Amino acid sequence: MNKLFMTETAIHALLDGMARDLSRRIAEQGVDAPLMVGIHTGGVWIARELARRLALAMETPLGELDISFYRDDFTQIGMNPQVKPSHLPVDLDGRNIILVDDVLHTGRTIRAALNELFDYGRPRSVMLAVLISRAGRQLPIQADISGLEPAIDPQDHIILKGPDTLELYLGEPGAKDRAE
Amino acid sequence: MEAFGNTRLQLRDNGRLRHFLTLDGIGRELLTEILDNAESFTGVSERTVKKVPLLRGKVIANLFFENSTRTRTTFELAAKRLSADVLNLNIDASATSKGESLLDTLRNLEAMHCDMFVVRHASSGAAHFIARHAAPHVSVINAGDGRHAHPTQAMLDMFTIRRHKGDFSQLRVAIVGDILHSRVARSQILALNILRAGELRIIAPRTLIPAEARNLGVHVYHDMDKGLNGVDVIIMLRLQRERMRGARLPSEHEFFQRYGLTEQRLRLARPDAIVMHPGPINRGVELDSHVADGAQSVILQQVGFGIAVRMAVMSMALGPGPAP
Amino acid sequence: MNGASRFSIVGGRLIDPGNDIDRLADVHVADGRIVAIGAPPTNFRAEQTHDASGKVVCPGLIDLCARLREPGAEQKGTIASETQAAAASGITTLCVQPDTNPVIDTPADAELIRRRAKQVASARVLSVGALTLNLDGEQLTEMAALMDAGCVALSDGGVPIDNTRVIRRVMEYAATFDILCMLHPMDSNLRDGGCAHEGAVSTRLGLPGIPEAAETVAVARNLALAAHTGSRLHLRGLSCATAAVMLRRARHDRVRVSADVAAHQLFLTEMDIDGFDSSCHVIPPLRTVADREGLRNAVAVGAITAISSDHQPHEGDAKLLPFPETEPGISSLETLLPLTLKLVDEGVLELAPALACLTSGPADILGLGAGRLHVGSVADICVFDPNTNWRLNVDDMLSKSHSTPFLGWEFRGQVQQTFFEGRLTFERKR
Repeated sequence: MNKLFMTETAIHALLDGMARDLSRRIAEQGVDAPLMVGIHTGGVWIARELARRLALAMETPLGELDISFYRDDFTQIGMNPQVKPSHLPVDLDGRNIILVDDVLHTGRTIRAALNELFDYGRPRSVMLAVLISRAGRQLPIQADISGLEPAIDPQDHIILKGPDTLELYLGEPGAKDRAE
Repeated sequence: MEAFGNTRLQLRDNGRLRHFLTLDGIGRELLTEILDNAESFTGVSERTVKKVPLLRGKVIANLFFENSTRTRTTFELAAKRLSADVLNLNIDASATSKGESLLDTLRNLEAMHCDMFVVRHASSGAAHFIARHAAPHVSVINAGDGRHAHPTQAMLDMFTIRRHKGDFSQLRVAIVGDILHSRVARSQILALNILRAGELRIIAPRTLIPAEARNLGVHVYHDMDKGLNGVDVIIMLRLQRERMRGARLPSEHEFFQRYGLTEQRLRLARPDAIVMHPGPINRGVELDSHVADGAQSVILQQVGFGIAVRMAVMSMALGPGPAP
Repeated sequence: MNGASRFSIVGGRLIDPGNDIDRLADVHVADGRIVAIGAPPTNFRAEQTHDASGKVVCPGLIDLCARLREPGAEQKGTIASETQAAAASGITTLCVQPDTNPVIDTPADAELIRRRAKQVASARVLSVGALTLNLDGEQLTEMAALMDAGCVALSDGGVPIDNTRVIRRVMEYAATFDILCMLHPMDSNLRDGGCAHEGAVSTRLGLPGIPEAAETVAVARNLALAAHTGSRLHLRGLSCATAAVMLRRARHDRVRVSADVAAHQLFLTEMDIDGFDSSCHVIPPLRTVADREGLRNAVAVGAITAISSDHQPHEGDAKLLPFPETEPGISSLETLLPLTLKLVDEGVLELAPALACLTSGPADILGLGAGRLHVGSVADICVFDPNTNWRLNVDDMLSKSHSTPFLGWEFRGQVQQTFFEGRLTFERKR
């Protein structure tokens, strides 16, 4: 049985905090016309929430990234049957990107996302924002902005439910973090 | 019986694609998945770097026993966009006469650690034969065998139809021309039936219709005007010149008179009907130039979609996929 | 495996359809000939007695059409290897087609095969010579000389003669000497490079089809010319029901025509090539269920009087290609009797008439008066156990070629002993 880990209200509180951190960061660094890009599926939901909170992001539509074609475990698990097309609304060359995901864990997803981004063009900068940053990194990747850094049993996995009502659950040991 | 045998040959134990030889025996879900995946891959061609690293380190051999630069090029491009290494082998019939058997050729390529054979052969059943004798780690994609099958061509046609029409269930589709010799038509008929197209017609003179054609699940028309009446999709087939020599047809002229697609005939179809052709077109034999270049023609789109569909099939066959 | 020259086969059920005998009777042999049926002759002292109780004793089987591949294609089969397979299958006489390399189109070629067979064969090898030189369908062979050299008939060797005028002349010339013409009914133009029955299965598989008309047109033409010339015609290997009906009508009209059918045509259909199974690639092709029923019926009513093996051994590589490029033909000596017995099990015909199709039937077509067991006849004898159940396995096959669609099939009835000219050429080990 999956166990409720965080309610909608709590998540929205985290999102509010993240949005504040983000706008401060953007102002500090003088980031111009950033493009927010969410990673399918949970990252897109989070990106949408953040974009809503950041007036500036309303100018350009959201980018969506499906990293299925860039996964490093393709030879083990093959083609994900539910690949969605990646969609980046503007040219990436010289853009400042805010890459958004729901959960940062091993770092492999972000590695794949960065590779994919660079196949679309040469961004000026990439900033990483995640709702949950948990322990267990296998690559030298850290988030610039994170909503929460909880202590979670390495065996457990996090499930983000959405997109209408966002809730976080802790799932049975053995599976991977996912959004559903 | 055939369908069952094909299912076992083409799918892995977990139900995922291993070989892609014919559409016979492949279910609707899997075909839809191919189309969905192809949809994702269409974006790749529009990017700065027209490449994804999905099949990096894989080796794909294009085994073309029958020359076809067009088909080989689209398979090659598809493989390269997936970052696979590609070997192109044009094996003419003389190679076998030098004493090297087809199986020897396969064994040699397997020893070079090829992961996939894309096979084009003049004999029906060649892709089945190669798949049956391939090493367990090798996938085989049929790029056209004799008159039997050309499944990726049929899937790109299905992709084109779905892009324009969405749902298949209400569609009336007419396939016109040399059905008898056409592997493309055979695969299209299977695909359209699997995807449950509303009504499927074939239109040709009797010399170009195979025996017991109704068993394929089609309505047979000899009168082009009646056959085109109210259709949503018109698929024109290529007519080979040698059909005149084989006493199948009197002349290209008479064929065009009776079965050529003109603007006038096109008006018999639904106003939003699309016109397709696997290429290359014989203008003035199968189609009037005005139709080929007209607003209802989707012939050039088909070419572009071909790469995405082949990328989908290749990546699905080379990844083992999750357990069912 | 020679055994005694004087022996008795006792306690068996003697079925000799040519002499209309089906009863429990002993058979006594001396010096290669039958000396008595029933009680032994006075003063007969058997050196050996073979107990055949519970078994059927019948004339050694006569196969109207088998390729042994020697000379010219010994990688596929040899006279020695294939006649051994024949002996193990109860076959004592094999008619070989002239399409060897060289073609059997001169008396010397026929003589070569006769001599070679005498040295190594475990069965009688009878040559069917060529009707035209090098089977080119144009120039007549020295037909009378070929017959003098021991040929039992002359044929097109499976290479159809396309020129109607040549067929007419061939038949006329053959009729002069009362020579039997064996023709494979196939119109090459209608075949048009086909490799499978033109029907639902070939349409689905995209295999070039051979229409039924490729056979019926040739049968009609050959029957008309046989009626016109008064020649003795044998239609070799029918595959479709319509042809069988035409045969019946012609026989009714007193045309001098006979026909045989390959045993596999009585069991397999176009469905069996599904999945491009090259072990079912045969010419004429496997046709529809209705054709199979029509052929079975023609056998049952006695219009077709011989079942042949149409044995065509191949090396493994010949079948390891895409279907249309594989060589047609199957290894079928070892399934000739088993399939014929299956016809009995399936109620197509009784045991004695079934055995007639393998003994007196083919013998009468050739005009040999053989295929019978009576006092004075050559002791070619097959003893089989009608109740043994067995399965055809590759490892048990004696033919050099293992290409058969019947691998794994269950059969009832198995050869126990074969005697050829009074010599034991096969005995099943217990």
